[in-house]
Amino acid sequence: MHTLSLEATDMFETARERIAKFINAKDSAEIIFVRSTTEAINLVAYSWGLRNLKRGDELLVSLMEHHSNIVPWEIISKINGFTIKYAKVNPDGTLNYEDFENKFSSKTKIACLSHVSNVSGVINNVKRIAKVAHEHDALMLVDGAQSVPHMPIDVRDLDADFLAFSGHKMLGPTGIGVLYAKKTFLEKMDPFQGGGEMIKEVSFSGAKEQCDISLNDPPWKFEAGTPNICGAIALSEAVKYLQRIGMDQVQGHECFLTNYAIKRMQECSKVTLHGPTDTALKCGIIPFSVQGLSSHDVALFCDNYGIMIRSGFHCAQPLHQVFKLQSSARASFYIYNTREEIDRFIEVLKEIEKL
Amino acid sequence: MPTVDDYVARIEGTCGEEKDIIVVFKYDKKDEAIANIRKKAELKNTLAGIILEMSFKDVSFRVYTSGKAIFRSIKSKEELYKILASLLL
Repeated sequence: MHTLSLEATDMFETARERIAKFINAKDSAEIIFVRSTTEAINLVAYSWGLRNLKRGDELLVSLMEHHSNIVPWEIISKINGFTIKYAKVNPDGTLNYEDFENKFSSKTKIACLSHVSNVSGVINNVKRIAKVAHEHDALMLVDGAQSVPHMPIDVRDLDADFLAFSGHKMLGPTGIGVLYAKKTFLEKMDPFQGGGEMIKEVSFSGAKEQCDISLNDPPWKFEAGTPNICGAIALSEAVKYLQRIGMDQVQGHECFLTNYAIKRMQECSKVTLHGPTDTALKCGIIPFSVQGLSSHDVALFCDNYGIMIRSGFHCAQPLHQVFKLQSSARASFYIYNTREEIDRFIEVLKEIEKL
Repeated sequence: MPTVDDYVARIEGTCGEEKDIIVVFKYDKKDEAIANIRKKAELKNTLAGIILEMSFKDVSFRVYTSGKAIFRSIKSKEELYKILASLLL
C-alpha cells in the first residue's frame, strides 16, 4: 500500500494499456509481459501446447522460422508425440503459400509463422494463413519480433490468436517482451510458471495436508513473480515515441533505406544479395555474401569501421539450408539510420572486395 | 609469467557451417597482442593496415586492428590455446 509501489503498479498497468492500443488489442488483459519473443512463444508452447497437442495432432510451421519458433515446439513434440510439419520456402526466400495451405488438415491444431523473416526480411501474409487456420479450427501464432517494430500492426485485422514480440528491437530495453493472446484462450490456458502475483489465494488445509490454489485472472495469471516493471514502462515509452513518429513513417523510412541500400549493394561485383530485392515483399533486412569471404570476416571488417552487421545463421539454420548458404551477413535498418550511413557502408563493402 | 588469458578476453565459436573461431583480445592488451603475433607469424597480406592476413605453422588467420582475430580449421579449444600461446607469449 506504499505510495511508491502503487505508483509503480499504476505505471506498469498504464504501459500494458498503451501497448494494447499500439497493436489494437481489444483488451489490455490480452497483453502479457515476458522477457522476450522467445519466452512468449515458450509460454504458448508450454501453457497451451503441452496441454492441447497430443499424438496424432499436427502443428504447422515454416522453414524460414527463427529457432525460437521451432525449438520450443520440437521440445514439446518429443514429450507429447504430435507431428510438426514444415512448409517450404521458395528459392527466392518467399513463403510457399500453396505448400503451407496444403499442409492444413483436420489434424492441424496450430499454425506458427513469422510475420517477417529475420534473415531475409520477407513479409509473410499472416492474415491469409490465419484465415486458413481458422477455417480448419486451428489457432494462429504470429512471431512479430521483426514486424511489430517496423510497421503498423492490428492484431484484430490479422486475426492472430497469439502474437509475440520483443522490446529491444523497438527502441525499448532488453529483457522485456510481449505476448498478445486473445482473452478467450488466456482464460482457458493454465499458467506457464507458478509463484506470487499469479494466484488469488493459497490456503493450507491441515486436514488434507495440501495447499488449495485459486489462480489469478489473465494477464496476471501468466506473470509469476516480480515482473520487469522498469522494462515494461520503458517499452511503453518507446512505443509512445514510435507512435509520435507514426508507424507508417517508420515503415516508409525503412523502405526508402532498403531500396537505396539494395541499389547501391548491387554496384559491388563480389556481393551477392539473398532473398527478394523487391521492397514490396520485404522489410529493412538485407542478407548478403561477399565472394571468397566468410560472413564473420565481413562482419569483423565492418566492425573495424564502426558498422554493425550480423553474421552467421541468425538463429535460422533451416533457411540457410534452403538458400544453400554456410552462413550470411545481414545488414538491417531502423529509424535512426540514414542514407549517408548506407553510403559509408558501401564504401566499406568496396574495401572488402579488395581482400 | 604471462599466460594466454592475460591477452584474451573471450573466445567465441561462430554459428554457421564455417565453424570459424573468433578471439577477442583484452582492450588494454590488444596492441601488445598484435605486435607479438606480428613478430611470430608470417604476414601474407594486409588491407589498409587494418586487416592482417597471416599464417603460422599451416594455420591461416586474420587479425583485425580492432583487437579481434578469426581462425579457421581449428579442431579444438586446446589446439587454439597452443597456437595462441606460441603467438602471444
